[in-house]
Amino acid sequence: MLSRLLGPIRSTTGTARWLLVAGVAITGVFVLMALLAPWITPTDFAQRSVDGVKLPKLASPSGEHWFGTNDQFYDIFSRVVWGARTALTVIVLSVLFSLVIGVVLGLVSGYVGGWTDRLLVFLTDALYAFPSLLLAIVFSFVLSNALGGGVVAAALSLTVVYIPQYFRVVRNTTVSAREATYVEAARAIGAKDTTIMSRYLFGNVVQSVPVIGTLNAADALATLAGLGFLGFGIQPNEAAEWGYDIERALDDAQAGVWWPAIFPGAAIALLVIGLTLIGEGLNETVNPALRRRRLQEVVMPARGLATSGVAAAGTADGTEGER
Amino acid sequence: MASAAQGSLPRYVVQRLLLMIPMIWVVVTVVFLLLRVAPGDPVSASVGGRLSEEELDRRREALGIDRPLWQQYLEYLGDVARFRFGESLSDNRPITSIIIDNGGATLTLTLGAFLVALVIGIPLGLVAGRRRDSAADVGIRLFGITSYAVPVFVTGLVLVLLAGGTGWPTYDIASPITKFQVEPVTHILLVDALIAGDMGAVGDVLQHHVLPCLTLGLLLCGVFIRLVRVNLLMTMKGDYVEAARARGIPERYVVRRHAFRNALVPLITVLGLQVALTLAGAILTERTFNWPGLGTQLVDYLNARDYPAVQGLVTFFAVIVVVTSLIVDIVNALVDPRVRY
Repeated sequence: MLSRLLGPIRSTTGTARWLLVAGVAITGVFVLMALLAPWITPTDFAQRSVDGVKLPKLASPSGEHWFGTNDQFYDIFSRVVWGARTALTVIVLSVLFSLVIGVVLGLVSGYVGGWTDRLLVFLTDALYAFPSLLLAIVFSFVLSNALGGGVVAAALSLTVVYIPQYFRVVRNTTVSAREATYVEAARAIGAKDTTIMSRYLFGNVVQSVPVIGTLNAADALATLAGLGFLGFGIQPNEAAEWGYDIERALDDAQAGVWWPAIFPGAAIALLVIGLTLIGEGLNETVNPALRRRRLQEVVMPARGLATSGVAAAGTADGTEGER
Repeated sequence: MASAAQGSLPRYVVQRLLLMIPMIWVVVTVVFLLLRVAPGDPVSASVGGRLSEEELDRRREALGIDRPLWQQYLEYLGDVARFRFGESLSDNRPITSIIIDNGGATLTLTLGAFLVALVIGIPLGLVAGRRRDSAADVGIRLFGITSYAVPVFVTGLVLVLLAGGTGWPTYDIASPITKFQVEPVTHILLVDALIAGDMGAVGDVLQHHVLPCLTLGLLLCGVFIRLVRVNLLMTMKGDYVEAARARGIPERYVVRRHAFRNALVPLITVLGLQVALTLAGAILTERTFNWPGLGTQLVDYLNARDYPAVQGLVTFFAVIVVVTSLIVDIVNALVDPRVRY
């Protein structure tokens, strides 16, 4: 299973590989920040004083506060690093939730067909056509009332937004794979529906999911920050969230105070770009319309000393030209 | 496009129009149920604490939210079908007048953004697709990825900070004087200023449009670059391009005459799909620049827990998305003979 998921990464070439590597590197830095947050930050994410001494308000970046402090007396460097933890937790949760729900629904819907299928397609299409941010706003509005806010409520309100994408892809591939010979063979030897879905269809249908997953991760982060920016996301005492911090910094930015806005802004931008690069790189290799495969090494049997060098030079280059 | 059956264009349009109704119905239902599931009723949430208990009960009765859910739901559906969206709770404004008063600002913002995106996005996309894997391609794609990936409010903030010292307007749709002087006729400030013939006001409004439109336009421009590039790559692989080459037509004519045009057709479809993205982007852009559009209104009413206003505005957004995608599909059917309806 894992080799099936990781297969596309190995077969990348040229620009696609370069995009992938850059994306993985950027994302890796943020993962480190998220993991090491308690040890590399001078203060907790919602800490206004150190050893009983109140932090300064809107202090400019200095040796003591690397990124300065904001209008809520928070140390911005700490907020940015802790924010990575919040962002990655919410992303992982929401992508996992929507992936599991979307894939299962898509498999069942595509395999069973009939009215269930039609109804689900119709519902998800209607949701998909709707502005995702608006959907997330309405859901987080309701969920924060019901669950009392926090990271899980934020992740759940994003989940709903992304289910339709997995559903669509998986359902469509299932519909076309359902009539394939190997599925017919499985049915002929008496395999149960659940076995066909989990053993035969799942592996063949799930291949495009990692691409959607990474692209969604980028989008989910932007939506999460958007929610925070509009004031419907995670509250500042629950966790550090970049979008919220930027919203707080708006008025200061209008007045020319740049540091409360620019650091969380750069963090969002970098992580979104990192995740997008991974998605783009994968897409380039998985989408057959864009794919360029690495040339297979051809080893010619040596016939004479003169020709063996030519064969080696002709196959070493990984980046091929136009087909 | 859904069915391969033979049909005429008018029939296709009617089919699509009929399909629109269930789409909007789903969204209206989801929003209705969600807002009702949320704990706390709209009256005590929006004006509770400020009024006496009797007055609150009177308001609940007037709103009809003391009746069973299905009754309220059917009534709401009936109202929507007759284009009655009700009034806001917190300031008693009819939803239609919110849409008329504030819709103009959102309209000019989004149109300006599309203009920016087309002017920047299409040429860059064509260059990138033409010279695949060159330095220019990589650069343009990185620009596209960045401008799409970076949230609009971050782009907006950077522009605000850059404009900081120059005195260029970074706030609102016009200066207070312009807003005061221009008589509202169409409620689209730019048009009103033009009608009044006040060139100073027109200039002022246009200046205020630059940064927000650029912000939202950069987001869309990322989409366009990517799309035009990929489409060009696909059309360049087409048989007719190969055939043109085989006839000995010089490469630049092949690209310009045969590939470019066909690469641009799918753009129309995608323009339709981007309406949802644009509206979401507009909400964030409006918030960043304190733009008096529908997005700002929606956020304000959400914060005030004003359910009828939120419901009305969200329904309106849904209608806009569905209607524009319908129009785009029809235009697409007219332009592209390959589209079967």
